[in-house]
Amino acid sequence: MTGNNIQLDKNGNLKHFLSIEGINQQLLHTILDYAESFATVDKRPVKKVPLLRGKTIANLFFEPSTRTRTTFELAAKRLSADILNLNISTSATSKGEILSDTLRTLEAMHCDMFVVRHANSGAAHYIASQVAPHISVINAGDGRHEHPTQAMLDMFTIKQHKKDFSKLSIAIVGDILHSRVARSEIHALNTLGVNEVRIIAPHTLIPKEIENLGVHVYHDMNSGLKDVDVVVMLRLQRERMRGALLPSENEYFKRYGLTNQRLKHAKRDAIVMHPGPINRGVEIDSAVADGENSVILQQVSHGIAIRMAIMAMAMGQINKNENKEKKE
Amino acid sequence: MVKKIDINTLIENMAENIRSHCNTKGYKNPLMIGIQRGGVWVATQLHQKLKLEDSLGELNIAFYRDDFSKIGMHPEVKPSKLSTNPDDRHIILVDDVLHTGRTIRAAMNEIFDYGRPASISLAILIKRSGRELPIHADIIGKTITLKAGEHAKLSGPEPLALEIMKSG
Repeated sequence: MTGNNIQLDKNGNLKHFLSIEGINQQLLHTILDYAESFATVDKRPVKKVPLLRGKTIANLFFEPSTRTRTTFELAAKRLSADILNLNISTSATSKGEILSDTLRTLEAMHCDMFVVRHANSGAAHYIASQVAPHISVINAGDGRHEHPTQAMLDMFTIKQHKKDFSKLSIAIVGDILHSRVARSEIHALNTLGVNEVRIIAPHTLIPKEIENLGVHVYHDMNSGLKDVDVVVMLRLQRERMRGALLPSENEYFKRYGLTNQRLKHAKRDAIVMHPGPINRGVEIDSAVADGENSVILQQVSHGIAIRMAIMAMAMGQINKNENKEKKE
Repeated sequence: MVKKIDINTLIENMAENIRSHCNTKGYKNPLMIGIQRGGVWVATQLHQKLKLEDSLGELNIAFYRDDFSKIGMHPEVKPSKLSTNPDDRHIILVDDVLHTGRTIRAAMNEIFDYGRPASISLAILIKRSGRELPIHADIIGKTITLKAGEHAKLSGPEPLALEIMKSG
């Protein structure tokens, strides 16, 4: 089963974290359990544990990002690792260096982990297949493919508020077509066995054959939000407006913007999530974003704990396997 | 399984010894912290018998272990719970078995990330051979001698029972 899955070692343990697809329920629960412990670290006077002391982690961002990069950076620092931030878009590759040379260079600097964000789907998988065996690769978002750590921090946030996944109905609203978050989210929710995943979006922003992922499609907010426990709003990428997929921001807000009025269709204790950065007045009304159902800022804190858990698991596993090999 | 040791009396005696240890040293209102899991089981009983004011602290030392680079993440990680600030407090650190001393080293490192205690005393249910670090216990339930290949394991939390097992 695990033989072809580059993310796992031969015993099914996490080595790279590249996509939710291919990771079983038990492993997802292990990540969530560890994150629970790591979440206590930033409530202490010394917000640091010595687990990854002496390890070097490189943030390889081929695509700009503030939030994700910063939380990976904080997660690494709270594990006592040293972290390098490389903005590759403005660096070596623009001078003509090819990717494999960039990787070899970083390996020569004795890095132990690469956190990769790239505009091309599959970039993190490709890099994981190219790196030396002692290096672990974490996907921080690749093209339209997956953003697995975002999905896990959302699962963690849901678990904090709702406990039992099996009873939940969850609506994901917005640009599903271009969203790697949505894809990872759907895989994670299905693997964790939620009752129902709904997606709500205009026809133009829904990928073909999405139903194959086991979701229910709605084009109308009020019916799609009816009695859901969790609402996941996606950011509307402004550049999509130019591609004639949408008439205007105003029009989009009128039909798909989340307002308190619309939120009334969801359960009273429904939580509202958003991966950020939020476009106020485009996909979400300020009153909702700052309202009592919103857990958007909690998601940011949870992002640090979940990334600590994933980094520690992957790095610990590689250490363990290396040690075993040395002994043999 | 080689033999069982009944430990209720041991814990009774430990409570008495902790009381006199604190009296001799002049420790008022000590703060008790147990190391998960076995240490917490023992500490829970001691805490009750001593009627301590502050709630029992629970430490999970998984993030402070020195064997992370050898064995990776420990399979069982529950969050540490230390609701009382250890700054300037006299700490009674409790564990079930004192063996290599590495767990105690890790626990002390973790405590110092919560604050700077006035002192730490170590209370141990079972002291066995095999120390690898200069760590000794202040209060000891029982000292046992193990043959090669034997190890001591506490099961619990209710009832607490100590078993001497042949390893492997």
